[in-house]
Amino acid sequence: MSRAQLFLPLLLFLLICGVGYVGFSLNDRHQLPSALLNKPFPEFDAVSLLDPERRVSKDDLLGRPTLVNVWATWCPTCKSEHDELLRIAAATDVRLVGVNYKDDSAEARNWLAQYGNPYELVVVDADGALGVELGVYGAPETFLLDSAGQVIYKRVGDVNPRIWRDQLQPRFAELGVQVDVEMMSAR
Amino acid sequence: MIARMALLVLLSGTSGFNGAVLAASTVDVLTFESAQQQRRYQALIDEFRCPKCLNTNLSGSDAPIAQDLRRSVYRLVRDGQSDQQIRDFLQQRYGDFVLYKPPFSGRTAFIWLIPIGLLLIGAMVLFALQNRGRRRPVALSAQETQRVDRLLADDD
Repeated sequence: MSRAQLFLPLLLFLLICGVGYVGFSLNDRHQLPSALLNKPFPEFDAVSLLDPERRVSKDDLLGRPTLVNVWATWCPTCKSEHDELLRIAAATDVRLVGVNYKDDSAEARNWLAQYGNPYELVVVDADGALGVELGVYGAPETFLLDSAGQVIYKRVGDVNPRIWRDQLQPRFAELGVQVDVEMMSAR
Repeated sequence: MIARMALLVLLSGTSGFNGAVLAASTVDVLTFESAQQQRRYQALIDEFRCPKCLNTNLSGSDAPIAQDLRRSVYRLVRDGQSDQQIRDFLQQRYGDFVLYKPPFSGRTAFIWLIPIGLLLIGAMVLFALQNRGRRRPVALSAQETQRVDRLLADDD
């Protein structure tokens, strides 16, 4: 056995370390890359939460940049991101649309009355069928759509000040969404 | 996670209602048009990975999303969609993640090629070991050398 061969175990060990390092520094394995990214938002037909007479479809999401937020009253993280959504609704002219996901509609209406309603429109998805179309696997999830209804960003988890600063604000700027910066930074 | 596999109970055609098959599990009570349809449903929900729970398939998970997706698969099977159509349906919505067998692509090439690479390394090691064995010199005593010489000489 030559001298160089004696280093073989060390090389193997370093290789294993390298693979481990790359593997463990990969993105959060709980976060699925969205299959919808850069694809058109799916067609749907649902009922409005606050006006049960009204049918809502994809056409209601077109025409200007829209933030679609999947939420439910049973989801604690939805509560914690609510203030941020209210701020975004107040300080920007983006259209906020809620998808009330697998929830009780009466409770959802109470919830909005109690904590404030950031949404222009809330869609009822009582059985999660729209959620399946969207590839939703837990609430909250948030999609940013351009005015043509193309999904350009998806967030799994809460919309917080960091997500606003790093992800949403730059994309809002690209989309030409008006932002009252002072209002957004007043936390 | 309650294993659901063994709990599928078949009450087949003999029970009298048009040969309908009723499958009962811990949570889902589903009716199928045929036993074959039910087998396909079971195979599909065994095949897909639950998006919420890193390493459980749809049939083995009680996560709400797994229940929803089982229902979707059930609906598609009843609608007469092929296995491949159902795979495409889930992949379009949840990405490669739901497939335990990801398609071969630039991102997954590494995973798919590892076994072939390991096989090659194994073959190389085996080859090297065999060659080494063959080259090992055999030490003979003086007596043995004489005997070999004698035997070789006899041959002539």
